[in-house]
Amino acid sequence: MVIDREQVLHVARLARLELSEDELETMAGELSGILEHVDRISALDLDGVEPTAHVVALDNVLRPDEPEASLERERALAPAPDAEDGAFRAPSPQAR
Amino acid sequence: MNELLELSAAAALRRIEAGELSADEYFEAHAAAAAGEELNAYLWRAEPGEARPAPDPEPGSGRGAGDLRGMPIAVKDLFCTEGIETTAGSRILEGYRPPYTATAVRRLGEAGARLLGKTNMDEFAMGSSTENSAYGPVLNPWDRARVPGGSSGGSAAAVAGRLAPWAIGTDTGGSIRQPASLCGIVGLKPTYGAISRYGMVAFASSLDQCGPLTRDVTDAALLLRAMQGRDRRDSTSVGIEAGVELPSREDLAGLRVGVARDFSHHAEGVEPGVAETFERALATIEELGGEVEEVELPHASHGISAYYVIAPAEASSNLARYDGVRYGLRVDGERGLVEMYERTRARGFGAEVKRRVMLGTYALSSGYYEAYYGRALRVRTRIAEDFARAFERCDLIVTPTSPSVAFELGARTADPLAMYLSDYFTVPMSLAGIPAISIPAGLATPPGGGPELPVGLQLTTPAFTESKLLDAAHALERAFAFEGAPR
Repeated sequence: MVIDREQVLHVARLARLELSEDELETMAGELSGILEHVDRISALDLDGVEPTAHVVALDNVLRPDEPEASLERERALAPAPDAEDGAFRAPSPQAR
Repeated sequence: MNELLELSAAAALRRIEAGELSADEYFEAHAAAAAGEELNAYLWRAEPGEARPAPDPEPGSGRGAGDLRGMPIAVKDLFCTEGIETTAGSRILEGYRPPYTATAVRRLGEAGARLLGKTNMDEFAMGSSTENSAYGPVLNPWDRARVPGGSSGGSAAAVAGRLAPWAIGTDTGGSIRQPASLCGIVGLKPTYGAISRYGMVAFASSLDQCGPLTRDVTDAALLLRAMQGRDRRDSTSVGIEAGVELPSREDLAGLRVGVARDFSHHAEGVEPGVAETFERALATIEELGGEVEEVELPHASHGISAYYVIAPAEASSNLARYDGVRYGLRVDGERGLVEMYERTRARGFGAEVKRRVMLGTYALSSGYYEAYYGRALRVRTRIAEDFARAFERCDLIVTPTSPSVAFELGARTADPLAMYLSDYFTVPMSLAGIPAISIPAGLATPPGGGPELPVGLQLTTPAFTESKLLDAAHALERAFAFEGAPR
């Protein structure tokens, strides 16, 4: 097992994902199986190889900084589960 | 069946231009077929009799209106469509009506196409069978006990099942090409950067690319031409500078066609029927004057390993936006913001999405970053270098698109890794950012017996050489003379 139940719980907290007891168990097994396959790349000699995060050879793409109209507030708020006074409304981060 | 449903889009366009067919009649025939469909290919359909007019081109865009003359098009539900529900196949976006339209869809509209429907898909494009949709699986029109592939399975099934003349989808590691292969149609993943990603619900941003699913190669070229180009709303969109020529080639004379041993019909896990079809395709290539050359792609077999680190890593970051605040589902708890996040995501995401968010978060977490993400990015470099070296010796490379024909519903749902290996032949091109197309090469009997099913051939060429890729695919398509209709 590459990853155990405790690690799954830790990662789930990082990912802001509530997992049931059943999900914790199956997730540990499934992730371990996938990671074992992925671990094949640990045998490759990759010394001195540059990482590729992106394939398009682009430097910064710039444009003139000209003000223009953007999405109106009402339209941006329309799909929100809860909105009030022209803002998104969410539970308090302090609440426990 | 209405004979209008049998026309390719290009054939319908010719008739419309000649005044022999009305665009509205053509649209309505498809709207009626979509309304009566039994494949679960659509999540939203235009009501018969309510075709929306194509929008006018954006002022100053230099785009002419009307080339596509009111043609109906099916659009994967990953593309935002203003005012029309866009779910990405997820419960977490149920009922979401975006306030804007994706550039690719907008450009099709400017070219005169009209939205026929939004197609079903694996949730957030994560899957190879469309069984991960929160709205039920899509059935393969060739055999309804089998999957259409995925993640653009709804688009592929709609085109193959005569529910749309053509469709668009997205491909992150094979999500256009593999379902095209399993449904016996054409699927093109363009070069990364050819088409704007603006308004496409993000999965893995360094890999996601929009592309066409069509009856034939000419239709794919028409859609690519209408959608490609730079978009100021996506800084990674560069467009195809040379433009897109409609394919006309009828032979492969003078073309060197590369085949890599570990990445061909000799690869582990390739079904016998797929291997035989591939061998016949190689013979056809030689009959058309192409020279088959052996090339080396030593790192391609590590594509799956690199991909299933990189794509989930990017996904775990992209999907952080589904937090119950700005759109979509919210599930409140008693203990404030963090509990709301955790419950919303627990309820809103399906099993595969959770798995990938977990995998990506783990691979990026402290202590594992270099071992997984860092190494995967270096393998990605090696894979791109392999292709570059191979293209010094050949003009294009061919592979089977998928190791298997369409598999039975449920056959791989209990084994995530087996599902991931469906993408063995398609992932390396995505990692290298190069264009690749799947065309139907023939029919093969599935391993357990039963009616014959389609097998795709994948062709790939260097970045931004889509016109050459389409030309070669066109010559092969003529030679294969595939009978593209499910029985």
